[in-house]
Amino acid sequence: MALTIASREVDGVTVLDLNGRITLGEGSVQLREAVRDLISKGSKNILLNMGDVNYIDSSGLGELVSAFTTAKNQGASVKLLGLTKKVKDVLQLTKLYTVFDIYDDEASAIASYK
Amino acid sequence: MESVSELESMAEKFATEAGLDDDETFRVTMATREAAVNAVLHGNEYDPAKQVTASFENTGDSLVITIADEGKGLDPSKLPDPREPENLLLGTGRGIFLIRSMMDEVNFRQLHPGTELTLVKHLARSAENDLASAGG
Repeated sequence: MALTIASREVDGVTVLDLNGRITLGEGSVQLREAVRDLISKGSKNILLNMGDVNYIDSSGLGELVSAFTTAKNQGASVKLLGLTKKVKDVLQLTKLYTVFDIYDDEASAIASYK
Repeated sequence: MESVSELESMAEKFATEAGLDDDETFRVTMATREAAVNAVLHGNEYDPAKQVTASFENTGDSLVITIADEGKGLDPSKLPDPREPENLLLGTGRGIFLIRSMMDEVNFRQLHPGTELTLVKHLARSAENDLASAGG
């Protein structure tokens, strides 16, 4: 299943609800374009809701890192919400778990931007 | 990329039919996908004239998956550790690391041209089988 992305605003935070896989050819490009589009439009607070992302590969991990660094360079912030077990395991294995701000519930994630 | 999806599906079916649980099936499937992506992208560099070949074998003790490309070859000893602080924010370089993490053994063989990866997942032996073996 490819990746679908829905966008919503919550208290000044742009939440991207991701659903599907973030892999080479199936979701990496969509994620990159969505995040870059938001940053180019001036969004500073971006939260990636990963609750319905059941699979990420090395290419998808690269895109997450790229989103994080692109945002940081532009004075914006990308954080992660609601990792599934498989995605969490892969982030821990690659030590990327230490790079991102990661939240289990949306209210805490939104509050962290204030 | 169709061949990558095809190999991924084959690996999932292969692991499931060998009796692996969901977590181990996920690991075998992910390692196979990463190896296939590596072969198509970094090995063959998307050249449609170059082939990716794969085989799946259940030896009874292990699942053995080989994936070969026809590219320039790679030296696994020169791959940097993506977990090192200076590599952590790089956008690439995690594929082989993930393959090694997900499998019990990973062997590289240089072909002429190309690289062959052999991925091995040991099958857990049941206590009943062990007792039967010990008892002769």
